[in-house]
Amino acid sequence: MSFKVLQPGLLSLLQDLGRFGQHEIGLTSSGPLDGEAFAWANRILNNAANACAIEVSFGGLQLQAQTDSYICITGAALDFSINGVNKPLWHSHKVVAGDQVKLGYSSQGCRTYVAVAGGFNIEQSFGSCATVMREKIGGLNGLKLAANDLLPCATVQHHDRLSLAPQHQPVYAESANLRLVLGYQHNLFDAATKARLQHSQYKVTDRSDRMGMRLQGPSIACPSQQMLSEGIALGAVQVPADGQPIVLLNDRQTIGGYPKLGSVIARDTSCLAQLRPGNTITFEIIDLYQAHTINTLAQLKFDATPLLHTKD
Amino acid sequence: MSRVDSIEIASENSYIIYFCEPNSTVISATVSAKIAATTAQIKHQLGHHLLDLVPSYASLLVIFNSASCDHLWVKQQLRSALSRPLAGQQKTSKLVKLPVFYSTEYGPELSLLAANAKLSVEQTIDLHCATEYRVYAIGFAPGFAYLGEVDERLAAPRLATPRLKVPTGAVAIADRQTAVYPAPSPGGWNLIGLCPTPMFNPQQVPHMPVNVGDRIQFYPIDQAEYVTLGGQLHEF
Repeated sequence: MSFKVLQPGLLSLLQDLGRFGQHEIGLTSSGPLDGEAFAWANRILNNAANACAIEVSFGGLQLQAQTDSYICITGAALDFSINGVNKPLWHSHKVVAGDQVKLGYSSQGCRTYVAVAGGFNIEQSFGSCATVMREKIGGLNGLKLAANDLLPCATVQHHDRLSLAPQHQPVYAESANLRLVLGYQHNLFDAATKARLQHSQYKVTDRSDRMGMRLQGPSIACPSQQMLSEGIALGAVQVPADGQPIVLLNDRQTIGGYPKLGSVIARDTSCLAQLRPGNTITFEIIDLYQAHTINTLAQLKFDATPLLHTKD
Repeated sequence: MSRVDSIEIASENSYIIYFCEPNSTVISATVSAKIAATTAQIKHQLGHHLLDLVPSYASLLVIFNSASCDHLWVKQQLRSALSRPLAGQQKTSKLVKLPVFYSTEYGPELSLLAANAKLSVEQTIDLHCATEYRVYAIGFAPGFAYLGEVDERLAAPRLATPRLKVPTGAVAIADRQTAVYPAPSPGGWNLIGLCPTPMFNPQQVPHMPVNVGDRIQFYPIDQAEYVTLGGQLHEF
């Protein structure tokens, strides 16, 4: 029982929450770039939080259902149809064997998630099915989806049809405010540099991928560049000699030797990963207590937001 | 906890422990042994609250599950781990001997390194084999172990133009570090030979012959032995 890939789009990757406990042998964490949209897709289908779904970058994925199931699409807005009939995102939809599921290209945001009831049944490697093409690990043989791939899943005949009310759906704008916790070598950056970071706009460049987003704007160079390579956290803001920050994302290398100012919180790397080249960001420095509060409130809100029941 | 150890924030759910003065670029086996012992202690103390660890030359990144515990508790645990005596825990470090087919043909920079050191190729090989290297860090790619320190006569800067493809098993030198490439990848290190022992095998447990803190010593083999041990020969 499975879905067949008819068109893979530009970059479609099988992802779960990521691979943990493997940094010691050099494996990155991977996982969905937009953890929030991924979490909603699984919740709307009553799936486990770690169920395997597809992260579609920029759209273009087409699937054929080879069994009966339910699917849910969340994340960046795009045209989504089943057998040519347009359907809303953030809803679970019934599909029957033979149905064609088609995603257009995203108009706002760039990461869309396709989840299926029960999750795709993909063999785990190193405790996760998250695909890292650079490492050739996870997903189907460590590769992005290709035409004719078969994505195994359960047959589901009856399932709640749930949806997220529009007022609770995230809005993917053309700018984002990234909240940053100071850390690592931040003491090597002077106060004027930190002030410049907080009062400037940075542009997302096209040299951005699942490893990191390269930004362009006023230089925040670190006077000292010599250091020993060290572990890199998700969201770390790395500043090479040219002073142009790079925010490191899910597929980052586990160790690196550039000075770092601290790290953007994961809730905001999710927003960053939805931006396109030319979009703008600002930085806001927060402390660990604020980060803790932000995360706790966001989780409470996620858990308390009721889903709507849709009738067929 | 010695005076130089410090616990710094790395991100909303990670701390980085520095075992050296800020800005220090000195590599030390003593520091590395301490990091290996602290890594084991932290695994024990944080248990399921621990998401991941990245030990490196002079630091240890500790990533925790911020949904199951808070940063104040974690920092307290790290302080307590650092204050424990670490004697007796260093016996976990093992010595692994790895065969290398040193070759000027399959290690294109071997002659260059010999010339720079004003040594013969044979003396250069002996020098590379004479040192017991320590695994200081694993990263860059799955199974890529940074080994140090190479005799300073063999130290060599990275290539000005990195190769697009370095073959599996390539034994390489950059500055005073040496390594075995676990898989084909682009790379700018100087190549001196080939090692037939897989450095990373996803299908096998353990996946790597070494961990951070272990030691490696190389010994020379000839082409026939290299092939017998499963080594592949690729043209450059």
